[in-house]
Amino acid sequence: MLKTFGSFVLFLRGMVSRTERFSVLWNRTIDEAILIGVDSIVIVSIVSAFIGAVTCVQIAYNLTNPLIPQSTIGYMVREMTILELAPTITSIVLAGKVGSSIAGGLGTMRITEQISALEVMGINSTSYLVLPRILAALLMFPLLVILAMLLSILGGYLAGTLTGVMTAQDYIEGIRTDFVPYNIVFALIKAVVFAFLVSGISAFKGYYTTGGALEVGAASTGAVTNSIIAILIADFALAALLL
Amino acid sequence: MIEVSNIEKSFDGTPVLKGISCVFETGKCNLLLGGSGTGKSVLLQCIVGLMKPDIGSITFDGTVYTNSKIDIRQEIRRKIGMLFQGAALFDSMTVAQNVEFPLQMLTPEMSPEERRDRVEFCLKRVGLENAGNKMPAEISGGMRKRVGIARAIAPHCTYLFADEPNSGLDPATSIKIDNLIHEITHEYNITTVVVTHDMNSVINIGEHIIFLHQGRKLWDGTKEEILNATVPELRDFIFSSSLVRAAKRIDEETEGGMAAFAEEGESGAGI
Repeated sequence: MLKTFGSFVLFLRGMVSRTERFSVLWNRTIDEAILIGVDSIVIVSIVSAFIGAVTCVQIAYNLTNPLIPQSTIGYMVREMTILELAPTITSIVLAGKVGSSIAGGLGTMRITEQISALEVMGINSTSYLVLPRILAALLMFPLLVILAMLLSILGGYLAGTLTGVMTAQDYIEGIRTDFVPYNIVFALIKAVVFAFLVSGISAFKGYYTTGGALEVGAASTGAVTNSIIAILIADFALAALLL
Repeated sequence: MIEVSNIEKSFDGTPVLKGISCVFETGKCNLLLGGSGTGKSVLLQCIVGLMKPDIGSITFDGTVYTNSKIDIRQEIRRKIGMLFQGAALFDSMTVAQNVEFPLQMLTPEMSPEERRDRVEFCLKRVGLENAGNKMPAEISGGMRKRVGIARAIAPHCTYLFADEPNSGLDPATSIKIDNLIHEITHEYNITTVVVTHDMNSVINIGEHIIFLHQGRKLWDGTKEEILNATVPELRDFIFSSSLVRAAKRIDEETEGGMAAFAEEGESGAGI
């Protein structure tokens, strides 16, 4: 465990110790941002809209006390979405989609000697292959989390009003009640930390793949499970430290 | 010229290379010959810097490569072109983009037009001028090897390494690849090192052959000398080839088959 962590630190140090030209890094980062961010918009949108909808309906189902105003549902959807569901669930979804893609891609490059080819050319393969992926994740995860927040709250609104569990006025009143802007900042900090964990762990797992196709599959699986565990631990640590 | 001095390499306490010293001469096809598991590929990876030897030094034209500063290693690496066993083409790029890639990365001073011209030239040189827009998955194994050679020579490499360039190819294609490597070596006067266990390659392009056995260098010489070598391990290796055995039988029957066999190789026509 400690040895693996040490290897991970050395891996990250190698990535930034001898970087490629800025123009190369920029172009690679934009390419990766499209793969990580733009290509994930659909899945993040679907997941977050439905999570918002389900959260709204289930809170309404549990709030049977007539003394509690209906607007509380909107308030709770907003708080749960911003503080937890949007950053954490989105990152877990991205760990599955982006993490497996990063680990699988790098693992395949490793076993087909494409990484060795880069090294022989005198190119720092971690800087060329891994740094742009991590930078792209750091850039795109917060944007996807913001999208997830908006769609989740919108999903809650549609579910609440279309199923008739509450009125639109109550929902809007609820989501405007006691708004704390710092919660958005906290969610974005979480998104950045999760982005680093997902991209870093997945790249590490993929980059050091040895063997053949089976091992590439194992690396992808390991990347996803390790990323999710890391997200959950970091989620708790950040909540304890920053809230 | 590449000088390898007393290289040793072990994996988990198991020695793979045991004090290998040899010289790879400029303008020649130097062949690292040996059976599977004799350490040929490990030696090649130590030379190109993909592995670090435990002991010993490697010198490229007088510049020490092992344990030197990163800048010096980078400078040498940029003069190295390598053809990998599976060609190692970047599968997300077209053939032309693969050949252009080292130019983009290593020679930023080149204009896009100069790069395009160089790519066209290199692809034409390996006979693939019409395959530039194809993806690596769309071309045959032999074509992939030729793209690998084009990519290796694109940045005007001084040292060309090829790890089993004939693996997975039919005999006719193997000869074409061998001949291409041989021609390029002489055309650009570069130092070429080819890892092989294929006796066809030895006869076809082996100008300087180094025979490895169980991590040791047992013999070195030319292809003309190899057929008369007295090292038992080398003779066992050579005559394990059915083709060579057949030639030897003909030699015994007709008095001169082996000579004809070597001449065929020398003429570049293959076997």
